[in-house]
Amino acid sequence: MAEEGVKLFGTWASPFSRRIEVALKLKGVEYEYIEENLTNKSPALLNYNPVHKQIPVLVHNGKPVAESFVIMEYIDETWKHNPILPADPYERAMARFWAKYIDEKFWPAAKKVLVTKGEEQKGVIDEIQQQMKNLEGELKEKKFFGGESFGFLDIAANIIIWLVVAQEALGMEILNEEKLPILHGWLQRLLNDAVFKECVPPKERHLDFFKVKFGSSIASK
Amino acid sequence: MKMAKENNVKLHGMWASPYVKRVEIALKIKGIPYEFVEEDLVNKSQLLLQYNPVHKKVPVLIHNGKPICESLVILEYIDETWKNGPPLLPQDPYKRAKVRFWTSFVEKELFENLLLVARSEGEAQEKAIKVVFEKLQLLEEGLKDLFQGETYHIDGETMGILDIVLCSLFGAHEAQEEVLGVKFIDPEKFPLVCSWVTALTEVTAVKELRPPHEKLVAVLQFIRQRALQASAA
Repeated sequence: MAEEGVKLFGTWASPFSRRIEVALKLKGVEYEYIEENLTNKSPALLNYNPVHKQIPVLVHNGKPVAESFVIMEYIDETWKHNPILPADPYERAMARFWAKYIDEKFWPAAKKVLVTKGEEQKGVIDEIQQQMKNLEGELKEKKFFGGESFGFLDIAANIIIWLVVAQEALGMEILNEEKLPILHGWLQRLLNDAVFKECVPPKERHLDFFKVKFGSSIASK
Repeated sequence: MKMAKENNVKLHGMWASPYVKRVEIALKIKGIPYEFVEEDLVNKSQLLLQYNPVHKKVPVLIHNGKPICESLVILEYIDETWKNGPPLLPQDPYKRAKVRFWTSFVEKELFENLLLVARSEGEAQEKAIKVVFEKLQLLEEGLKDLFQGETYHIDGETMGILDIVLCSLFGAHEAQEEVLGVKFIDPEKFPLVCSWVTALTEVTAVKELRPPHEKLVAVLQFIRQRALQASAA
């Protein structure tokens, strides 16, 4: 009784499972999406990811893969058309380096900015803006981090979209055209991309999500 | 006749850093000649700060003048660039995914928590020790799956990225036991992890690169004292 096909366990508001949706759609891979309730995880999820009990999990022909970057590399190696990572080893290293930076530095700071206020929050905002300047150094005049079309690092950087929605929901000023023109331009191009824009949470619902979860902990400007 | 590509490889590192050790092991296994530049981490060279402005850390691999930072990124780069030596990852995408998953696990769940054990005392340390044991149990379970699926076998000479990362963490377990007074690599509690770590410490490349026990003990004691003083201040 072999299990066939591709399944993705995720949640609508998770940038990590949305990354996998982008990768699968880019490759034209058909998949079944299972929306998880993280307060009541399904037995299937716990069975497929017993170590972390987290989404996203990709299940391909019954075999589970967990951790968003591990899944993205798996997808790229299994479905070889429309490559996500560049061909050149040095460029691949750069994409992986900055993707790691986003998850290990940017993501914790982005989470912190939502739960701090006053001087402490200002400090975190400064930190995030510096991180984004560093990313601009990698983007330079390219259309996307991946070049003419988006790739691994653009997908990894989807968290920036979450930050932009959060800043709108909570009245913060972190990423704007004046402060970060290069990244701002990139963001517009990404959100206009036919594949990418299908893989972000619906705006209104996402704004509400931030307002409800974090609204009371943000000091007014 | 193909012209050999110019291959100038430098590694900026520090003798006691497990992250640097990972890269050294990989270079040795692949048979890649390199120049090691020892950095004083209290007084970092201008070159290091130039090559790794974002993190200002070792290791940094410089290949024909181009810097690559972050040990795991470097390992994959080495594997993709020097295809002649033994592979550091399996061929099959699913097996590669498993190796990457467990490498990430060892890096994030074990390394981080072992560092916590080294830098704390009393109740905080007991808590951290408990977490390390929990994570080791998860790894022990995971190994059953890895060995069974034949993603893995230890043959005493080859190493892949997961072996390298695990070895860089627990290769010095005897020094860790001496300084921290806790036995993590316990053959009764974690027989698979223990036999794997033991086999890895016997690999030629690892033996050749291991600093003397007393030096490892001294550096670990130094790190611990400094961390405890900093938290007491």
